[in-house]
Amino acid sequence: MDKFVIIGNGVAAAGCIEGIRSTGNKGKITVISAEKHGVYCRPLISYYLEDKTDTERMKYRDDGFYEENNCDVIYAEAVKIDKKNSSVILDNGETVPYSKLCVAAGSSPFIPSFDGIETVEKKFSFMTLDDALTLKKELSSDKDVLIIGAGLIGLKCAEGIYGKVRSITVCDLADRILSSILDEDCAKIMQSHLESRGIKIMTGDSAVRFEGKKAVMKSGKTVEFDILVIAVGVRPNTSLIKDIGGNVNRGIAVGSNCETSVENIYAAGDCTECTDISDGKSKVIAIMPNAYIQGFTAGVNMAGGNAEFDNAVPMNSIGFFGLHAMTAGSYGGSMYEEKSEGRIKRLFTENDRLTGFMLIGYTERAGIYTSLIREKTPLSSLDFDALRNVADFTSFPAESRRHSFGGEV
Amino acid sequence: MSVEFLYPEFEVIRNSDRCIACRVCERQCANEVHSFDPARGIMKSDESKCVNCQRCVSLCPTRALKIVKTDCTLRENCNWQNDTIREVYKQSNSGGVLLSSMGNPKPMPVYWDKMLINASQVTNPPIDPLREPMETKVFLGKKPGKIEKDKDGNIINNMPPQIELTMPVMFSAMSYGSISYNAHASLARAAEELGIIYNTGEGGLHEDFYKFGKNTIVQVASGRFGVHEDYLNAGAAIEIKMGQGAKPGIGGHLPGEKIVGDISRTRMIPEGSDAISPAPHHDIYSIEDLRQLVYSLKEATEYKKPVIVKVAAVHNIAAIASGIARSGADIIAIDGFRGGTGAAPTHIRDNVGIPIELALAAVDSRLRDEGIRNNVSLIAGGSVRSASDVVKAIALGADACYIATAALLALGCHLCRTCQSGRCNWGIATQKPELVKRLNPDIGSQRLVNLMNAWRHEIKEIMGGMGINSIEALKGNRLMLRGIGLNSKELEILGISHAGE
Amino acid sequence: MRRVYVNEEWCLGCHLCEYNCAFANSGLKDMADALRGKPIFPRIHIEGNEKVSYAVSCRHCTDPICVKSCIAGAISKSDGVVKIDKNKCVGCMTCVLVCPYGALALNEDGVMQKCELCTQNSDGEPACVRGCPNKAIVFEER
Repeated sequence: MDKFVIIGNGVAAAGCIEGIRSTGNKGKITVISAEKHGVYCRPLISYYLEDKTDTERMKYRDDGFYEENNCDVIYAEAVKIDKKNSSVILDNGETVPYSKLCVAAGSSPFIPSFDGIETVEKKFSFMTLDDALTLKKELSSDKDVLIIGAGLIGLKCAEGIYGKVRSITVCDLADRILSSILDEDCAKIMQSHLESRGIKIMTGDSAVRFEGKKAVMKSGKTVEFDILVIAVGVRPNTSLIKDIGGNVNRGIAVGSNCETSVENIYAAGDCTECTDISDGKSKVIAIMPNAYIQGFTAGVNMAGGNAEFDNAVPMNSIGFFGLHAMTAGSYGGSMYEEKSEGRIKRLFTENDRLTGFMLIGYTERAGIYTSLIREKTPLSSLDFDALRNVADFTSFPAESRRHSFGGEV
Repeated sequence: MSVEFLYPEFEVIRNSDRCIACRVCERQCANEVHSFDPARGIMKSDESKCVNCQRCVSLCPTRALKIVKTDCTLRENCNWQNDTIREVYKQSNSGGVLLSSMGNPKPMPVYWDKMLINASQVTNPPIDPLREPMETKVFLGKKPGKIEKDKDGNIINNMPPQIELTMPVMFSAMSYGSISYNAHASLARAAEELGIIYNTGEGGLHEDFYKFGKNTIVQVASGRFGVHEDYLNAGAAIEIKMGQGAKPGIGGHLPGEKIVGDISRTRMIPEGSDAISPAPHHDIYSIEDLRQLVYSLKEATEYKKPVIVKVAAVHNIAAIASGIARSGADIIAIDGFRGGTGAAPTHIRDNVGIPIELALAAVDSRLRDEGIRNNVSLIAGGSVRSASDVVKAIALGADACYIATAALLALGCHLCRTCQSGRCNWGIATQKPELVKRLNPDIGSQRLVNLMNAWRHEIKEIMGGMGINSIEALKGNRLMLRGIGLNSKELEILGISHAGE
Repeated sequence: MRRVYVNEEWCLGCHLCEYNCAFANSGLKDMADALRGKPIFPRIHIEGNEKVSYAVSCRHCTDPICVKSCIAGAISKSDGVVKIDKNKCVGCMTCVLVCPYGALALNEDGVMQKCELCTQNSDGEPACVRGCPNKAIVFEER
């Protein structure tokens, strides 16, 4: 009888469970969950602060999910994989034997060392539901908040607590906000939108030293705060594989079948890295769609099926105060741009392919562009001059359009 | 304006409590009656452009629209009625011949409505068509005069070519050009499914429709458009069009702007050239000339196809039909003066020709009197509107009927009578691609099939009531008809007694 | 499994499908009450130009990428219908970013909506199909 073990209890784990069961395999599944919650939608923690959702609605799957899929959940941390005995050793001393293992351990917030950080009383990461629950208790209208890191997590946190605190300051060492997904011009548009809401943004600057409720910045400025949120970045949790000699770069290296270099061990989600189809480079693509699909792929293969995931594209859809940004792929090659007040569209093409885009405001039907990247559609096969202007199917050849809407897809 | 002004014939009534400004009326009106006022967020109408085709009314999802005849009143009298006055104004404005479409709208007698059908009581039993077989099949064509046997005494099959119909109704000639590709597709598909026949009209046969050949009559008209050997052999029969009920003595004219693409190819004339069908066939000035054409066509098709000669019902139709019956034609089609048209001079349409009922009765009597009735089959057309019209026509002597206006109604036509504009909002009498696509042949052919199936049921019921179980037994059975409100001359021509006699 | 198929050859671009959709999902009994004098938020839309038009709504893909991508676990597929739980949706629009057909859009409440084949309203069968005057949208087994 197969003994499936999944380390981690996030979306990749849920994908893995559903992947295993999709094959009809009824083998026992054990999930090792470091967090004391069922699988929930981690990116929703900012929406939780905003009261747009609650812990009940944040559940990624219904309460009966584990039972219906015949899964045991152990709430403990996996500290080590015993390759020789094919088992996982937990922090409570238990060992869990596996025939196939999936490492879906996710990532952890990276906390740089700041001088005097120990003097800060109220400091938080913003990654897990528990982070959000504890942070929420501290929020009140007489508090000033400093967020270190103007990336996706830091800014979503800012939006989440907006209106519930007196002031929000976000700083980032990079020269722009959302530097991982936006270029300078696009970042500027989003930054002024955020600033119009009264959020203070300091780019090219970050705290170097803390003295209680005061941060001394690299520029020499000081920022007073009551609550500190550190959202500098995350690091994939790779040590379990690294420790047993598996291939690890920035993330755990996996093939398109999501298998690691270690026999019978698979990996999925934010702890892995995989090939970005838009530029062919191997990278950590820590986004939820990826996590689920990798988990599902790993699950199918663990159960003896045959699945491949070979068209990962980094992408993000993120909105702040009603202004939405969508990005995908990589930003090389030549650029097409469309712009109007507070909105921008940038499409990047290379070798007759769409390789990436940044859209702020112009987000209607953006999936049509994403699909061009994912499918590597030759742009010469359609009327791209029209398509780049309006994302719809009139620019596609009639045959493919008829298949899309008059056929089975 | 001023003296040229004519008050619009129709008014668009929009219920503002219902209108949701979805603009479907605007998008669907090729005449551009409706428009949206973005500033006020409401729909507006320019009724001067409205032809009352009812497209907007039919598609309005909230029933917010209706079209009414204007009550803006000219000072008419019994002599100078509204339409007559307006015609004078129009001609004074334009200096042109008035054009109209579809059939004669004038209050001329409709003899179908002045004839009543018999039913069996007591002395002879009616037949229940749901319980007993009832034959609606007919064969059209010349019937042999005698039985021939070979030297061994076996019967020689000397039956000339026939058209077989599952019911005595056919779709009459409407050319590709006057109606759309999708209208033709609907007629062809319905004819095939029903086991009846449609007719190409004088525009040739589109290559896509050769596959419906056994359900097709190919027409040869005075312009000879689209006629070639394969065409003649493609159909179940060939029809020589000598005339049309709506415009006897008049040719046809399809303007050059409609001769585009497929239509030019199908008609075998250059794009943009006017398709002019002359009033006469320039090679036919006598029955003998007609005979030459009939036999030319029979030669070209190896005597395998019956030849129909179609004529308009005119004053001396009986003598004309007698001549045709002797010309070698297998079938005579007579088209009465209420028949439709894609375009005709209004005063010809409304004043030339005679009613089909009288023409049919006169021809049938004449051919019987001359002993040549079996030389030909007779098809009656020109406003056959219902199953009871069909039954009356058969009883008067027809072998089958041609219908066209009723078929167009099934396809969506609302008889706005502006076919000549080329902007048919129902996708029938137009060649504009965006309008043509409004007629989906899946829907069109199904509606034609529905209509014919309904008529077939009714024909059976009516025949059953008379105690008659086949079309053959009804044919020419004028005892089954009685006139109502007709004078003795009319009764004499129709060959029927008055009700009560 | 019956599916919605769109035949662009017969689409008239009349936009009635959009209005029938908005009405069917309004929960109201009278179309004028439901739609008069306000913007509509249909789950189907017409695309096209002077030459061609066609209706776009959810294709209910065999392997729907929106289901896998939804960060709120709000989209699911059952009995051939891809459904969205509006209660769970937070309007992040990741589904818009991944749907290859452009079939999802925000509703008036700022959360996503999509065609659910009228299984969740009182219509029971797709209102766009029933209201299409030219059978350009059909719901059938193929």
